[in-house]
Amino acid sequence: MASREEIISTVKEFLSEEFEVEKSTIEPEANLQETLDLDSLDYVDLVVVIEENFGFKVTGEDFVGVVSFNDFYDLVEKKLAEK
Amino acid sequence: MENRVVITGIGIYSCLGENLSEVKDSLYKGRSGIIFDAPRKDVGFRSALTGMVKDPDLKPFLTRRQRMGMHQPAMYAYMSTKEAVENAGLDIDQLSQSETGVIFGNDSTAGSIMETVDKLREKKDTTLLGSGAIFQNMNCTVNMNISTIFKLKGINFTISAACASGSHSIGMGYLLIKQGLQERVICGGAQEINGTAMGSFDGLSVFSDTEDNPTKASRPFDRDRNGLVPGGGAATLVLESYESAVKRGAPILGELLGYGFSSNGDHLSNPNLDGQHRSLNMALKQANVKASDIDYVSAHATSTPVGDSIEAQAIYDILGSKVGVSSTKSMTGHECWMAGASEVVYSMLMMENDFIAPNINFENPDEISAKINIIAKTKEQKIDTFLSNSFGFGGTNSSLIIKKLK
Repeated sequence: MASREEIISTVKEFLSEEFEVEKSTIEPEANLQETLDLDSLDYVDLVVVIEENFGFKVTGEDFVGVVSFNDFYDLVEKKLAEK
Repeated sequence: MENRVVITGIGIYSCLGENLSEVKDSLYKGRSGIIFDAPRKDVGFRSALTGMVKDPDLKPFLTRRQRMGMHQPAMYAYMSTKEAVENAGLDIDQLSQSETGVIFGNDSTAGSIMETVDKLREKKDTTLLGSGAIFQNMNCTVNMNISTIFKLKGINFTISAACASGSHSIGMGYLLIKQGLQERVICGGAQEINGTAMGSFDGLSVFSDTEDNPTKASRPFDRDRNGLVPGGGAATLVLESYESAVKRGAPILGELLGYGFSSNGDHLSNPNLDGQHRSLNMALKQANVKASDIDYVSAHATSTPVGDSIEAQAIYDILGSKVGVSSTKSMTGHECWMAGASEVVYSMLMMENDFIAPNINFENPDEISAKINIIAKTKEQKIDTFLSNSFGFGGTNSSLIIKKLK
């Protein structure tokens, strides 16, 4: 299973590319929605890039409580562990 | 009281060039934009000839969210509309605070639909198709994207009328302004360029198979024509009331005098002389001009044996043998849903620069095309009034008459 560092590196790579933001703005405690400027349609694309990069599917319910990037890394770790 | 309708801006993205300046140069020099597109042979095309443009890089102009719902028709249309809006001396702030609508001609989104279906078959999960697919797949994709990007508050819908879509879009914009229902309407036509969009058309065996000589393949009115060549891109015109144009000191490029239309009520694909007669006569009557007032005819002629003959006969019957006629499809191929708009833009460039673009590859007339005055070489000539024909599958016909404002 990927380490926390590997997850962070992968996530920074594909999120910065998909949502066209600087990698440096993706800080652990930064707000995910605000940093990536996500609207309701963008969450659809977030689901797609997660599946493409990690091979698992997330739903709207999975995002409940995900505010910061750290929360997001926790979600990825949990989902990878369940695979 | 009815409004006069003028054209204050034009824009073009086609195989003749990516802007007005490049396209004017190609038209004047009689430069063809037709190529052999090898990948089409891999998927079973009978003829791999096509007019070609590259997909524009919109990243410098639009945000990721603005680009997500765009495939070829909307991408091309953004480029031509951006140029037309600038050409008209307008910007997004002015558009958003005025009564400006958009009516665009488009009749397919096959490339994006195929990509979506391929992904669905692979993933077997609709939630993995992404947020942009639906906005790319709908036939009104150009309208959705242009109206939101340019913040338009007026009329907003798409015209689907086969190869007369672009022409009818201009006609509808004209009617709305003339009746006082809109101050300004952005009109145009878009045509995707990809094998998926044209496979079924190629399957009718109506495309020219002169694959060893692409620039010679499209030869409207020529005795040895053997079929059309598809093409594409987008063209945009800004139509507005004369009063609005004068009030804001806009450049007035021409006045739209008449829009004639008809339906053949006949065969699904074959043209019909009576339908074309009625469209031409209606345009002349509405424009209140005589046939002899027309200085140039931008013909629909696509390089098919039957279609060109019927149109040549219609032009001869209604407009006579003297008026200069050319089909720019000899250089662009058949730009289908876009053609009715792009050919008005091409003619506007000719009118502005005092020349008639050549009907290249017209080497020998046939019995019927010999009756009309086809311009085979670039001709220096002042154009005060021109007529543009567009005809489409299902027997839909459209004729527009535009005059230089003096």
